[in-house]
Amino acid sequence: MSDTDTALGAPAERREGREKVTGTARYAAEHTVPGRVHAWPVTAAIACGAVRAIDTTEALRSAGVITVLTHENAPRLADADDPTLAVLQNSRVPHRGWPIALVVAETLEAARAGAAAVRVEYEAQDHDVTLTDSHPGAYVPEEANGGYPGHRERGAPEGAFASAAVRVDAAYRVPPLHNHPMEPHAATAQWDGHRLVVHDSSQGATAVRATLAALFRLPEDQVTVVAEHVGGGFGSKGTARPHVVLAAMAARRTGRPVTVVLPRRFLPALVGHRAPTLHRVRLGADEQGSLTALLHEVTTHTSRIKEFVEQAAVPARVMYASPHSRTTHRVVPLDVPSPSWMRAPGEAPGMFALESAMDELAVALGTDPVELRIANEPDTEPDSGKPFSSRHLVECLREGARRFGWAHRDPHPGPHSSGPLLVGSGVAAAVYPVLIQPSTATARALPNGNFTVRVNATDIGTGARTVLAQVAADALGVPLDRVRTEIGNSDLPSASLAGGSSGTASWGWAVHEACTRLRAGLAEHTGQLPEPGLTASADTAGTADADSDYARHAFGAHFAEVAVDTVTGEVRVRRLLGVYAAGHILNSRTARSQFIGGMTMGLGMALTEGSTMDAAFGDFTESDLAAYHVPVHADVPAVEAHWIDEDDPHLNPMGSKGIGEIGIVGTAAAIGNAVHHATGVRYRELPLTPDRVLTGLPSFMAR
Amino acid sequence: METDTAHPTTGPPDHHHSEITLRVNGKPHTLTVDHRSVLLDVLREDLDLTGAKKGCDHGQCGACTVLVDGRRANSCLLPAVALDGGDITTVEGLGGDGEELHPLQRAFLDRDAFQCGYCTPGQICSAIGALAEAAAGHPSHVTDPGAPAGPPVALDRAEIRERLSGNLCRCGAYPNIVEAVEDVIP
Repeated sequence: MSDTDTALGAPAERREGREKVTGTARYAAEHTVPGRVHAWPVTAAIACGAVRAIDTTEALRSAGVITVLTHENAPRLADADDPTLAVLQNSRVPHRGWPIALVVAETLEAARAGAAAVRVEYEAQDHDVTLTDSHPGAYVPEEANGGYPGHRERGAPEGAFASAAVRVDAAYRVPPLHNHPMEPHAATAQWDGHRLVVHDSSQGATAVRATLAALFRLPEDQVTVVAEHVGGGFGSKGTARPHVVLAAMAARRTGRPVTVVLPRRFLPALVGHRAPTLHRVRLGADEQGSLTALLHEVTTHTSRIKEFVEQAAVPARVMYASPHSRTTHRVVPLDVPSPSWMRAPGEAPGMFALESAMDELAVALGTDPVELRIANEPDTEPDSGKPFSSRHLVECLREGARRFGWAHRDPHPGPHSSGPLLVGSGVAAAVYPVLIQPSTATARALPNGNFTVRVNATDIGTGARTVLAQVAADALGVPLDRVRTEIGNSDLPSASLAGGSSGTASWGWAVHEACTRLRAGLAEHTGQLPEPGLTASADTAGTADADSDYARHAFGAHFAEVAVDTVTGEVRVRRLLGVYAAGHILNSRTARSQFIGGMTMGLGMALTEGSTMDAAFGDFTESDLAAYHVPVHADVPAVEAHWIDEDDPHLNPMGSKGIGEIGIVGTAAAIGNAVHHATGVRYRELPLTPDRVLTGLPSFMAR
Repeated sequence: METDTAHPTTGPPDHHHSEITLRVNGKPHTLTVDHRSVLLDVLREDLDLTGAKKGCDHGQCGACTVLVDGRRANSCLLPAVALDGGDITTVEGLGGDGEELHPLQRAFLDRDAFQCGYCTPGQICSAIGALAEAAAGHPSHVTDPGAPAGPPVALDRAEIRERLSGNLCRCGAYPNIVEAVEDVIP
């Protein structure tokens, strides 16, 4: 391997690739230790109330069943500061799908049959699961997810909007969405005396260790959480989820290693979802297209047990210059499952609304939507007044327009027909904040000339092992193949979770610092290294998480071409193109895959993915992969991702911004705007399924 | 530690269990299987072949795809007791002996055709099945209806996408998977 392969940015191949393509990579449910048994949860069939009685007699009589845990006999947990994890602790049912029993059996088949044999009587109460704009329970939260203020206001937005020369006042709806990683949430737990070892499908084993230690009243050094290979998460495995608590409880009770795999249909209620958001966006502009007022008001839901507020109005605080602005969130607690993180929480639904509204404004002004965005570039971050550490949105828009062939586009909205198809193209911008968490790492030089880097990073498909080896090799100044990375185990130096597009920056910073120290130590050392080599460590607490004087965000531009079938109402994406400005790209191969993956999920958000809270039953109607349609091969055509290299000294030693989420952010709006360009019809509710599209087309157009 | 009861289910055939023989990756196995067991769980739990993945357990995602008598199938939908004498190939059995990779496994590495890797064994087995189907002249939804029946169907990108649409990938590696499959089309 040549030295050039060590350079940051090189397309290094995934280090665990061979294990993944040969099927030897083991995921959380696949650690088959002797004596292991299986557990199957029983979940609540009412949306609000309590379990009056639970009869486990028949279940316990069925062959292979070892025990049934219920709130009457389950181990008592300490408080872990997360109400979604307090499972089997009392009879209350806060939402449909809440775990009320766990059947442990010798085999999967026996566990499932046992779960079906558990008889439950409920004390049902009236429930309310329906989010409306005018819900009397709505309130403005102090903070939205991410610690952002619930409400911000500058100037006099109402008056400025009322007196604006050109106005857009539009309501948009994004339905509940489900993460649905391909690997369902799973854990295998085993107790050895007072020591707990768990293989968990998690985005961050350090945090899961802390949670389990708190729940089971153990010192953290008596808990080991392993997350070696993780089959995706997209936020839904960001913190401990109920399955790992159930597995640890069952293992403690039975004295056997226990695996809990959540059946796919249980995921929507148990692992978090993207909360539905109702948006009202008002844009006021002068005749030249300069924004004078920007108001983004969001109403969303949370559960009765936990306040989670999708921060969908936050990107409007970053995107465009406007002297008058209001960005506010209202949240309604309902008898629904607890929402949580799903890829780009806040940005994804918020930018669908804002970027659709910008497209509407461009139409109202008769301006090109690329130029409208460029005309409203702010000099500083509008909400904070801070200078941007780097902002190349204009370059992304220009480069994307050039690559996409935007200049050839008919500037007028449709209908643009091509036989029974209407064809159009659209653009939208994207933004995602730079988030960095403190982490620790060690680097060791071995006497044989190789290096070992240890950090409890998690590879949920991002290629963390690979890019961290590149960071290390670069800092050490050695070829990539001399560096080994150890990740995915809470016994390694503590590190932050794979979330908020923060992983590579956070872990990489610690790795870079440890390797830089090691390199300095090696420079002072003469002669052969003694066993076990020379080690350096780093802890970035206080530096990585220090406040910055700069507003730090990644930006991007999305372009889409669609064809709308006037016979079926089906929207097909023909082309997707994204251009990103996200600092230095550290591995061009895995980065491209992440960008394309985010865009693909955005395509799903635009066209196929949507969940419904059933008012009568209080349940998500689309709870499995037959009803909740994630994009399939046939939905995904040519998808291109490009980037503009940014030299930003205000980020981290690698100069990188996160890339895991920005790909989804503007995609849905770009597709929706393309559908408007194709049809002349503005659809303001996602997803753009054939029923919705066909019934929205004017009768002269639908064939 | 407490244990309430224990009912081991392993043992000789009875009303709920039968003995079957499966040839898996070239090697015969005689097993006593629970009549409720599907092939996927027999592979994963009894034979410790965890390459075939459980994504949905309902035939909706394709992660469990294996080859049964040379044809691709969702192993989560096949009762094992009905497969006596069957010849099963899983992702673990695709390469040659030792370290050798199947050309499609190599192409997946070359094209970065996966991220989390959980759908990957199913994608690979499904693609191998799809290539065989096309070679045998099986049409798909996007095959020209006017094309003559019988001769092999040429696989362009639309054909590959259509034929692999039963295998979901939430990481969104689809374009790279299609390129990897193109790489091994004879």
